[in-house]
Amino acid sequence: MTADTSSRTSPLTAWADRLADLAPALTAVERPFLTQLTVRVSDPEAVVAMGEALGVAFPAAPCTFTRGGGPFGDVEVLWLGPDEFLVVARSELDLRVPVEDALRAALGPARGAVVDTSAQRTTVALSGPHVRDVLAHGCAVDLHPSAAPTGTCVQTLLARAGVIIQVVDAEADMFTVLVRSSFAEYLAAWLSDACVEYRAALS
Amino acid sequence: MQLIPCPWCGPREETEFHYGGQAHVAYPEDPAALTDEEWARYVFFRDNPSGPFAERWSHSAGCRRWFNAVRDTRTYDLLAVYRIGEPMPDLSERDEVVS
Repeated sequence: MTADTSSRTSPLTAWADRLADLAPALTAVERPFLTQLTVRVSDPEAVVAMGEALGVAFPAAPCTFTRGGGPFGDVEVLWLGPDEFLVVARSELDLRVPVEDALRAALGPARGAVVDTSAQRTTVALSGPHVRDVLAHGCAVDLHPSAAPTGTCVQTLLARAGVIIQVVDAEADMFTVLVRSSFAEYLAAWLSDACVEYRAALS
Repeated sequence: MQLIPCPWCGPREETEFHYGGQAHVAYPEDPAALTDEEWARYVFFRDNPSGPFAERWSHSAGCRRWFNAVRDTRTYDLLAVYRIGEPMPDLSERDEVVS
């Protein structure tokens, strides 16, 4: 008998209840199955054309991300390197093929690459009064609003696991952590452990 | 922990970086013409100064770009960082860091 592989399973399905238990110190919710495409391009005109195709300009400054709406709904573009970006479509729909086609068309004859990496990472939305305290247990990057305003996007190590941390709203303490699927359960376990002292303080 | 200033991402922890040895070691223009001794000198022999040393680093846990840094091997002070393709900054006007 072969396993049924027709239904997809997100890496943190089994952790949904345990992550929900971290509230109110930390609200952690997985946002699975987002459309993610890695874009390698350095040609400035192609970068502009790709931004127009998505309805959101690509970030010009290192360690930032941009967000906007367009033909594919709510789309974020994360700066990963001087010629590398991650396009994240936050729609519930599976937009991998249409977004890839649109970006390829916008790239035109310029040198570049558009690769579907949706299965590489899963996304965890973090918020709550102690979100910075918890992240500081495993990450030395300064996430204070004065150093990391809304729109900051850092690739770093969180408890030795490679992650991308997005500052979605610095004032409202809202963060998004993108973590590789194979590290997701480890990170969820680490988050639960790092939260213990704050859960006790609030209860 | 030592912070290393990535030219793209800014100061980050040393554990995010990977060391790449001496910088500005040019590949031989005509490798086939080298004698074994010259080839060995290119592959294995590196400077080992006491003082400023230009070396390659990779921000492997961040933007994954290679860059060059001038590090004082006596104090571990990073005197300058610069991107690949940029010339090595002139450090002669800078006060020598000697402990």
